[in-house]
Amino acid sequence: MKIIGLIIAVLTGALLIYGTVDFPGWADPASPASTHLSPHFIEKTMEETSVPNIVTAVLADYRSYDTMFETTVIFSGGVVCFILLRIFRRKEPEDRLYRHVLTGATIRVKEGGKIPPDSDDFERIDTLWTPHDLIIKTVCRLLIPFIQLFGLYVIAHGHHSPGGGFQGGVILGASIMLLAISQDLRTAVQRMREKVDALLSPTGVFIYAGTGALCLLLGLNFMDYSALASVLYVDPVTARSHGILIVEIGVGVAVMATIIWIYNNLSSAGKYDEGL
Amino acid sequence: MSEQYPALLVVVPLLSALVICVAGWVNKRLCFPIAVAALGVAAYSCIGLLLRVLDEGVIVYKLGGWDPPMGIAYYVDHLNGLVLSVVSVVALLNLIASKKSIDQEFPDKIGPFYTLYVLMVTGLLGIVVTGDAFNLYVLLEIAALTGYGLLAMGEDRAPLAALNYLYMGTIGACFYLLGVGYLYIVTGSLNMVDIAKILPSLYQSKAVLGAFIILMVGVWLKMAFFPLHAWLPNAYTYAPSAASSLIAPLVTKVMIYVMIRFILTVFTPEFAFNILAVSDSIVWLAVIAIVMGAILALAERNLKKMLTYIVIAEVGYMVGGAWLGNRAGMTGAILHIVNDALMTLCVFLVAGNIVYKLKGYAFDDLKGLYRKMPFTMTAFTVGVLSMIGVPPTCGFFSKWYLILGAIRAEHWFFMGALLFSSLVNAVLFFRIIEIAFFEPFTDHHAHGHDHQPEPIDEAPLSMVVPLWIVAAALVIVGIYTSDIVTKIIQFAIPEGIL
Amino acid sequence: MQMLVAKYNYWIYITLMMIGLYAMIAKNNLVKKIVGMSIFQTAIILFYVSIGAKRGATIPIIEHGHGEGHGAGTHMVHAVDYINPLPHVLMLTAIVVAVATLGVALALAIRVYNRYNTLEEDEILAQIREK
Repeated sequence: MKIIGLIIAVLTGALLIYGTVDFPGWADPASPASTHLSPHFIEKTMEETSVPNIVTAVLADYRSYDTMFETTVIFSGGVVCFILLRIFRRKEPEDRLYRHVLTGATIRVKEGGKIPPDSDDFERIDTLWTPHDLIIKTVCRLLIPFIQLFGLYVIAHGHHSPGGGFQGGVILGASIMLLAISQDLRTAVQRMREKVDALLSPTGVFIYAGTGALCLLLGLNFMDYSALASVLYVDPVTARSHGILIVEIGVGVAVMATIIWIYNNLSSAGKYDEGL
Repeated sequence: MSEQYPALLVVVPLLSALVICVAGWVNKRLCFPIAVAALGVAAYSCIGLLLRVLDEGVIVYKLGGWDPPMGIAYYVDHLNGLVLSVVSVVALLNLIASKKSIDQEFPDKIGPFYTLYVLMVTGLLGIVVTGDAFNLYVLLEIAALTGYGLLAMGEDRAPLAALNYLYMGTIGACFYLLGVGYLYIVTGSLNMVDIAKILPSLYQSKAVLGAFIILMVGVWLKMAFFPLHAWLPNAYTYAPSAASSLIAPLVTKVMIYVMIRFILTVFTPEFAFNILAVSDSIVWLAVIAIVMGAILALAERNLKKMLTYIVIAEVGYMVGGAWLGNRAGMTGAILHIVNDALMTLCVFLVAGNIVYKLKGYAFDDLKGLYRKMPFTMTAFTVGVLSMIGVPPTCGFFSKWYLILGAIRAEHWFFMGALLFSSLVNAVLFFRIIEIAFFEPFTDHHAHGHDHQPEPIDEAPLSMVVPLWIVAAALVIVGIYTSDIVTKIIQFAIPEGIL
Repeated sequence: MQMLVAKYNYWIYITLMMIGLYAMIAKNNLVKKIVGMSIFQTAIILFYVSIGAKRGATIPIIEHGHGEGHGAGTHMVHAVDYINPLPHVLMLTAIVVAVATLGVALALAIRVYNRYNTLEEDEILAQIREK
C-alpha cells in the first residue's frame, strides 16, 4: 500500500506541477483571475450593495447562494454527527459519583442510595478522576464573556472589517467549548441544552434561506435582497446591505449552534457525560 | 410562479429539511408527511421545468438577480430537465416505499434521518441544476456528507465502509475542486458557460489539460468508475435499505451527468473528443469496468452485494457510451441515466422489501420467495428483464443505442463487453429466480408441514405499490423511448456530435 | 528560469497536497488518514488563496467607505489597488466544508473504534476475516 500510495502521489503531483507551467506568475496583476471578474466586484460593490468589505459583499450577496449551502453543509455535518453518535437509551451506571465542590471530596452513591440534593454544593461527575482546577475555572469564567462580546462584534461588523457570520459564530461556539473544556461537558450542556443546539442550528439556516425565500415571495428572484426594500422602507441598494446583515446573523446562529453540537457529540461519543 | 421553478425545486426541500429537523423533536409522526410534501413539490417543479424547457428552450435563472458571470445562475436545458425529473421522481417514490423500513430500522432517530434524506435530495437536485462550477462543489459535498451519514446508519460494518467512502469521496471532491481552481487560474471565471466561451483560445494550454484530467479523475472517483470503485460495494451493501435504494440509483447517475455536462458544455466535445486523443483509452477502461463488474458480480452469493457490482458495470456502460464520441453513444448514455436510475431503484426496492420481511439477503434466504412474496418478486422479474435488456422494457433501448454507438465508432470490444454483461446479468438473475421460484422455503418452525404450500407473507402495501409503479415505469419508459429520444435527448446533444 | 521561480508558491502547495494524499492512501491508522485528509484540504485552501494575490494591492476592504452616500461619484475605486476577493470567498466556503467533513470523519472513526476497539486498519480487517 505504501508503494502504491507513493506512486499515486508522485504521479498526481507531477501532473499538477506540469499544469502550472502555463499559469500566470504569482501575484501577477495581469492574470486572468485578477482581470476577468474581480475588477467588477472591486469597483462596483460599493455602488451596488454599499458594503465596503468586498469579501462580505461577494460572499453574502453576489454568491449568496453558495454561502447558503455552505451553512447547510455545516448543518448537515451536525446532523450526521448527531445521528451517528448520540445514544439515547443508555442505562444509568450503577454507581453515581458526586463531588463536594468546596472540599473537592468525591463521594460514590451505590445503586438505590440517597442522591445528594440538587444544590450548588454537589456536582455530578462521571469518572473518579475528573480534573478541576480553581485557577483555570476562574480565568475561563472571566474570559468567556469577553470572547462572546468579541464574537458578537465580529458578526455585527462584518460589513466594515474582516469578519462576518462564520467567524463570529465560530468564536461564540468556541466560548461554550472553552466552558466545556475548563469545567466539564455537563456544565456546558446545562448552560446550552442539547435541544437548544438542535433548534438553533436549523433556525440559523432557516433565517438565511427564509430571507431568500422572502425575496422570492416579494416578486423578485431568490436571494435578490433588493426586494426587501419595500419591507424595510429603504432604497434597494441599502436593502442589499441590510439583507447581508440578516443572513450573516443567520449564519452566525447556525455556525455557533452546530459547532457546539458537533463538539458535544464528538467529545463524549454521544453520551453527553463529562466528555474528553 | 412557473418562472420560479428553478429556485423552488432546491429551496422547498432545503427549507423543509430544516422544518423536519425541528419537527423531529416535537412529534416524530410529522416528519414523513413534510418530507413527502417537500419532495412532491420538488418533483412537480422539476417536471414543470422540463415541460417549459421543451416549449421555450434553455431557461436561465439568475440567483440574487445578478447577471451570470458575477452571480450564480442556473441554466436549465433538455439534459438537466430530464435528469432533474428522474432524480426527483426516484427520490419521492423511494421515500414513500421506505417509510416502513425506516420506522423499523431506526425508531428513535426518524427526525434526523428524514432531514438527511431530504438534504441529500436537495444536494443532488442542486448539482444537476446549477450552472456554476464552484457551486457544484458545495452541493457535491452536501450530497456526499449526508450520504456518509445515511450509509453509516446500517448494520455492523457500515461505519467502516462509510469511512472508506468518506476518504475516497473527499479525495474525489478535492480533485474536482483542484480542477476548478486550475480552470479559474487560466480563465478567471467560475460560470460554466463563461468558461466555455474563454476556453477555445486556451485549448493548447497545459493548465487546461491538467484541469481536465484531475477533474475527470475526481468525478470518476465519485461515480466508482472501474479502478476507482473499491469503496462502493461495501458502502452500499451494509447500508440501511432506505439509504441504499436512494443512493445506489442516484449518486452514480448524477456524477455521470456531471461528467457529460463537463464534456458537452464546459470543455466542449471538440476539445474532449478531437483535441485530446484520450477517448479511445477511456472506452477501453469502460470495457474493463463492464467485464470486471460482471465477473465480480458472478462471484457473489449475496443479493445486495451482487447488485452493487452490477451498478459498477452499469457505470462502465454510461462512461463508455459518453466517450464513444458519437451521437448514438451519447444518446445511449443519457437514456441509460434515466433507465438505470429506474432499474436500480426497482431492484434495490425489492432488496429492501426482502430485508424488511426476512432480515437477510444472502441467496440462501431467498428460497421459495415467489410463493411467499409474489408481488415483490413479480416486480423483481420486470426489473431483471430490464437489466438484462429484454425488448419491451427500457433497458433494451438504451443498450441498443449504446451498441449502435459502438458499431458507428467501430469499437467492437465495447460492443462485446455490453453483450457479455447482458449475458452475465441473465445468468445471475436466472440463478436467483431459480432459487426463489423452485427451491422450497425452509422455515425452521414448519418441520411438520413440509407439504403444505407456503402462506403468502407479502411486504406492506406502502412498499409494494411504489415498487409496482417503478416496475410499470420500466415498461412505459421502454415503450415511449422514441419520444424521449426525439423530443428531449436529441436537443440535449450539441450539433457538433454526429 | 524566471518564469519557473515565479510559481514556487504553487509547487509548495502541491507538495503539501501530495503529503496529505500519500497519508490518506498509505497510512494504516484511520485517524492518521483523517489527518492526511485535513492536510490535503488545507493545502487546496492555500492554493486558492494564493490565486487571489496581486502585487502592490491591499486587502479587499474599501477605505473610507462607510456606507453613507453610495453614489458612484463619492470616490473612485481602482481594481489594481485591491486584491482579488473571489478566492477568499470560495475558500471561506471550502473551510466550512472541510470542518464539516472532519467532524463526520471523526464521528465515523468513533463508531468504528466502539465496534472493533482499534483504529489500525489491518487489525480491523483481521477481525472481519476471523468471523
